[in-house]
Amino acid sequence: MTRVHDMGGRYGDGRVVPEPEDQVFHEDWHKRALAVTLAAGAHGAWNIDVSRHARERLAPMDYARFSYYEKWMAALADLLVETGLVTADEMAGANPTMSPRAATTLTAEAVPAVLAKGGPATRASDMAPAFAPGDVVLTRHLAENTLVDGGHTRLPRYAAGARGCILRYHGTHVLPDSSAHGLGDAAEPLYAVVFPASELWAHPENPADEVVLDLWQSYLVAG
Amino acid sequence: MPHDHPDHPHSLLPPDPALRIKALETILTRKGLVDPAALDAIIDTYENRIGPRNGAHVVARAWRDPAFKAALLEDATAVVSDLGYYGRQGEHMVAVENTDKVHNIVVCTLCSCYPWPLLGIPPGWYKSDAYRARVVREPRAVLSDFGVTLPPDVAVRVWDSTAEVRYLVIPQRPPGTDGMDEAALMDLVTRDSMIGTGLAVAP
Repeated sequence: MTRVHDMGGRYGDGRVVPEPEDQVFHEDWHKRALAVTLAAGAHGAWNIDVSRHARERLAPMDYARFSYYEKWMAALADLLVETGLVTADEMAGANPTMSPRAATTLTAEAVPAVLAKGGPATRASDMAPAFAPGDVVLTRHLAENTLVDGGHTRLPRYAAGARGCILRYHGTHVLPDSSAHGLGDAAEPLYAVVFPASELWAHPENPADEVVLDLWQSYLVAG
Repeated sequence: MPHDHPDHPHSLLPPDPALRIKALETILTRKGLVDPAALDAIIDTYENRIGPRNGAHVVARAWRDPAFKAALLEDATAVVSDLGYYGRQGEHMVAVENTDKVHNIVVCTLCSCYPWPLLGIPPGWYKSDAYRARVVREPRAVLSDFGVTLPPDVAVRVWDSTAEVRYLVIPQRPPGTDGMDEAALMDLVTRDSMIGTGLAVAP
């Protein structure tokens, strides 16, 4: 089974509500939640896959009722305690003590350079590309992490067991299924794979429509 | 509110979100793990410095310069980097072009992946359950929420951003824009047109 965040194709949601381009944040606390999350992440105590998984493993009821930045905050609080940056007592209100990790705290002067530097996901890999554009492939029939029970994966349930075609080769990228669980980067060839809408949905809106997903080599077999 | 999992550390914080982030910020500041001035700098970056005008600049240039557009479609990361638009959440860029035959739309069904250096922080609707759930299955119905109707002979291609590759849609250049300069063309390029939920504005 997958988790509550894996909602692509789900029925029952209402209309999408457009909003003006100049509305970057809706509440002042949203800004702080974004900034605190980015600044705390700069210590390098976790990577992007670990932090995504921390949001995904919130209890389903919490995931559904929390607004976007509430999910970020909850996952951040969980990660801070799990990695030992903050103790549970401190989180509950005990007097905080200075951290030995304060030396790696992001300064205002370093912010532009850190944001501009980013964090590329490409890594060298000893796994050679098995597919080329035009090849027909089949995705795993279970959208699950094969390394860790209940672990992080980036194959959505709606695209499991589906037949598609390699559209583009992206190079070798960190495998989130491994990286989210401290198992190393395990970089693999990554491909854009195109699926006819009729392969994914019983009632596609238009037979010519398609969905493209970026999928790692170990998610695919020759189709 | 009840918590099904009281062992989750986040349940130790105050329930009100504004108070919760205040408490987190205070704890982290007193531990020396965040610098409040750095928080202000991050907010200033995404509120005032990095936003969809960056993407509009790229699109307007692509409309005017066929060689630039060809290079953008071939290797968007290199091309946008040359314009100074490389950075966090834009490390691996791909540009996809709308034509008379194909209309591209970008989503992240699993979270909210989005090309920050070119478009800034994603709008609320991009992060909403409704968009994430619906746009892969019924993109034309979602487009109608934005007031957009496509001819039936235009195929929709939805890009679900499941890896660290980020997608920028190059909308179709509106008719009647020959001879317009880059700045004037930029005004026609909306954020939504670069996600694919809108079209470029006619002059």
